[in-house]
Amino acid sequence: MTKLFDNIPEGPLVDKWTKYKADAKLVNPSNRRNIDVIVVGTGLAGASAAASLGEMGFNVKSFCFQDSPRRAHSIAAQGGINAAKNYQNDGDSTYRLFYDTIKGGDYRSREANVYRLAEVSTNIIDQCVAQGVPFAREYGGLLDNRSFGGVQVQRTFYAKGQTGQQLLIGAYQALSRQISKGSVTMHNRHEMMDIVKVDGKARGIIARNLITGEIERHSAHAVVIASGGYGNVFFLSTNAMGSNCTASWKSYKSGALFGNPCYVQIHPTCIPVSGDHQSKLTLMSESLRNDGRIWVPKKKEDAQAIANGEKTALDIPEEDRDYYLERKYPAFGNLVPRDVASRAAKERCDAGFGVSKTGQAVFLDFSDAIKRMGKDVVAARYGNLFQMYEKIAAENPYELPMKIYPAVHYTMGGVWVDYNLQTTVPGLFAAGEANFSDHGANRLGASALMQGLADGYFVLPYTISNYLADDIRTEKISTESAEFEKAEKAVKERLDFFINNKGTKSVDYFHKKLGKIIWENCGMARNKEDLENAIKEVKELREEFWKDLRVPGVQNGLNQELEKAGRVADFIELGELMCYDALDRQESCGGHFREEYQTPEGEAMRNDEDYTYVAAWEYKGENETPELHKEDLTYENIELKQRSYK
Amino acid sequence: MNLTLKVWRQNGAEDKGRIVEYKISDISPDMSFLEMMDVLNGQLIDKGDNPVSFDHDCREGICGSCSMYINGEPHGPENLITTCQLHMRSFKDGDTIYIEPWRAAAFPVIKDLVVDRSAFDAIIQVGGYVSVNTSGNTQDANAIPIPKADADSAFDAATCIGCGACVATCKNSSAMLFTSAKISHLAHLPQGKVEAKERALNMVAKMDELGFGNCTNTGDCEVQCPKGISLDNIALMNREFLGASLKSEK
Ligand SMILES: Cc1cc2nc3c(=O)[nH]c(=O)nc-3n(C[C@H](O)[C@H](O)[C@H](O)COP(=O)(O)OP(=O)(O)OC[C@H]3O[C@@H](n4cnc5c(N)ncnc54)[C@H](O)[C@@H]3O)c2cc1C
Ligand code: SF4
Ligand code: FES
Repeated sequence: MTKLFDNIPEGPLVDKWTKYKADAKLVNPSNRRNIDVIVVGTGLAGASAAASLGEMGFNVKSFCFQDSPRRAHSIAAQGGINAAKNYQNDGDSTYRLFYDTIKGGDYRSREANVYRLAEVSTNIIDQCVAQGVPFAREYGGLLDNRSFGGVQVQRTFYAKGQTGQQLLIGAYQALSRQISKGSVTMHNRHEMMDIVKVDGKARGIIARNLITGEIERHSAHAVVIASGGYGNVFFLSTNAMGSNCTASWKSYKSGALFGNPCYVQIHPTCIPVSGDHQSKLTLMSESLRNDGRIWVPKKKEDAQAIANGEKTALDIPEEDRDYYLERKYPAFGNLVPRDVASRAAKERCDAGFGVSKTGQAVFLDFSDAIKRMGKDVVAARYGNLFQMYEKIAAENPYELPMKIYPAVHYTMGGVWVDYNLQTTVPGLFAAGEANFSDHGANRLGASALMQGLADGYFVLPYTISNYLADDIRTEKISTESAEFEKAEKAVKERLDFFINNKGTKSVDYFHKKLGKIIWENCGMARNKEDLENAIKEVKELREEFWKDLRVPGVQNGLNQELEKAGRVADFIELGELMCYDALDRQESCGGHFREEYQTPEGEAMRNDEDYTYVAAWEYKGENETPELHKEDLTYENIELKQRSYK
Repeated sequence: MNLTLKVWRQNGAEDKGRIVEYKISDISPDMSFLEMMDVLNGQLIDKGDNPVSFDHDCREGICGSCSMYINGEPHGPENLITTCQLHMRSFKDGDTIYIEPWRAAAFPVIKDLVVDRSAFDAIIQVGGYVSVNTSGNTQDANAIPIPKADADSAFDAATCIGCGACVATCKNSSAMLFTSAKISHLAHLPQGKVEAKERALNMVAKMDELGFGNCTNTGDCEVQCPKGISLDNIALMNREFLGASLKSEK
């Protein structure tokens, strides 16, 4: 049986990381170039890890499925990145960022990891500025900050609504520098298809060259998975179309545990679904909640009239508007954490106050902000987001309030890792959104970018060296072993199966069906009966998928349907695991809301007595029920409280 | 809406390629252009044909993957947006729409509408960065105040998404707008100034080596750039480049 060791260093919280770094084993520079490290993914986590490891002298092989590392999904992040710089002199500190993150995560994350994250956050900003990341500045030339949900200090650094783009370009440039030096070899348009283990250790991957279809073997002394989150299980999400769980899922199937799969973040401010043709959903950055006010009409007739097109928001007088977040949560108002804001929107819409044809939309209104600051200031802050909205919704948000609704956005769950960001498979590490590590049951805004860069620039370089220090005598790993042979054969067989199956339904047909099942039963509200049904339905869907899937084209060449088929096959299996996890967790916490467990006011009701643990699932084989392991979370520095944003 | 699509089909780099006509019906004006392409591909798959390959990922105008030449313009008829942000309400019932890949010697077609843009990565690799290690032990981020105007100019140039529309629209297939955007982004910041001249020399040399053409100041690139990257960047690059060439001759 797999045993869970969190490997958290001894000593007081504030000293753990310093001590770890001081004690970590190093690899002699002359040995490093004989050691290979594979990094799957070139988002913030992967690009920063590959650049840093390359710089240290390791021989890095980097992979992404896009045509350039610069296009990883991190590019789409909008609002900002947190760091405890306290430039605004508003009482911020490492401890406060740590505290806010634990509280925001509804007391379901690991203290030591979160503290380290808060600690290195300030280095990220220094590093990025040194790289030429053009963060927003004030007229005095110093860096500007904005507030994000769930906190009462201004600690979010940003570059208009394109923070992810600017940070990723920074990491991509650092990566490019290493590529030009020869320390990183870049494999664009390559998809990792499986992990290869030799003698129990991760020693390589099988990858498919997406242009030629060739199946390749790549070996290494250690493998890092930085492949992003699995929000696309739901088909509709704010993730990029190609975002997928394959690398994480193959890690799971090769023995790494999967942590908290049911923790999914539904982001409150996205452009609502417009019809069946919809292929993805578009986020409107949380930063908009700094100045926008969320409301629905107080009267159902008004909501209906707006939905029917008989009235617009402008016809509703002030006294007939329900600013429900300000009403219910006066202390935080529109800046409550995401899970709280999303549930509140769903509650109002379910009660019949939604303002669109589908009944699933609320207003995000900037008229007060425009009155207060002028249109120019609003445009300077949010111009590109307003433009993005107008292109999609065909309405001008300077004149009419935006219509928004919650959508799947981020997955807190992911591959289980210890303090070293190492999975339960030795030599297999996971970073960024792909791991489960820092956000507990709910992530605070602007903390994913922080975590991705912290993992890649500042944590993995130490922990991987520490691991590899014992491996310096291991020669280059051969790709001719039986293990590589076997893994490659399995990959090829699966691809051939897809091509030769010649069923009647396209990949998207199955993906949409899966998304619907998971959204309805394991989405914003969950209950026992629905989850049990969902497990049945997903199993049936899986059977149908393998029977009736049609993938046109050939294996040996660019075939986007074939790429999707593999990803959806994995999503279907992961969807089932999410339901098991949601079923097991008989409490509500953060993004996981079990209808059976709520306070009289309808807020999430945790059960700390029984559920203060990380659920880490172990794969037991095809058609076997996975096994649950529990990592107990101990809080030595923070007192567990019911979260209150009132 | 009912539409006639004339789509470039090319089965691999070696294939000659041709325009193939498809009829498509019941397209909603609220669909994005790529969602319309999804509908087309759904139809093709149902008939047992091969769907049209095209690059796309974020579908919100930021990753720079999507790259279609629509009715003779990169990213289609509207300005300041990418193909994935284009909506069918920009077309009329009964329209015929031509859909082709980027065409440039330095961007060979891989299949259908998919082209190889790795030449852009190669240009960045010869100097499109600040040579600083990632230790995090740099000075405090606020140690050097940067005038807001400079920071804003750097940001504007840095919003280039590397899509390649500038190259595709240029009659010389020049990569000047893309290259100058990076040079200008970094030259506007004190952190990037140190290497500015050398960076310009190396990136321009690489650009020429990779088969991108010369700039004849036609200005199409600026018009077609989805991010509004300005021609001023090219002027700045020319200054950096000229300064650098003079210095290196000495
Ligand atoms: C619209 C949007 C806005 C956001 N805004 C913010 C924000 O303002 N602040 C914030 O903190 N967070 C934000 N987030 C969250 C944040 O962007 C992500 O969590 C983060 O960028 C993930 O980074 P990553 O490096 O872990 O993975 P990603 O950026 O998702 O990168 C994944 C990489 O893995 C590669 N890959 C995946 N699978 C394979 C495979 N099988 N083979 C080979 N390569 C593979 C991909 O090619 C890619 O390079 C936002 C998210 C979205 C969707
Ligand atoms: S300059 Fe504009 S058109 Fe050219 S690659 Fe950049 S964003 Fe695309
Ligand atoms: S798909 Fe990302 S810019 Fe169009």
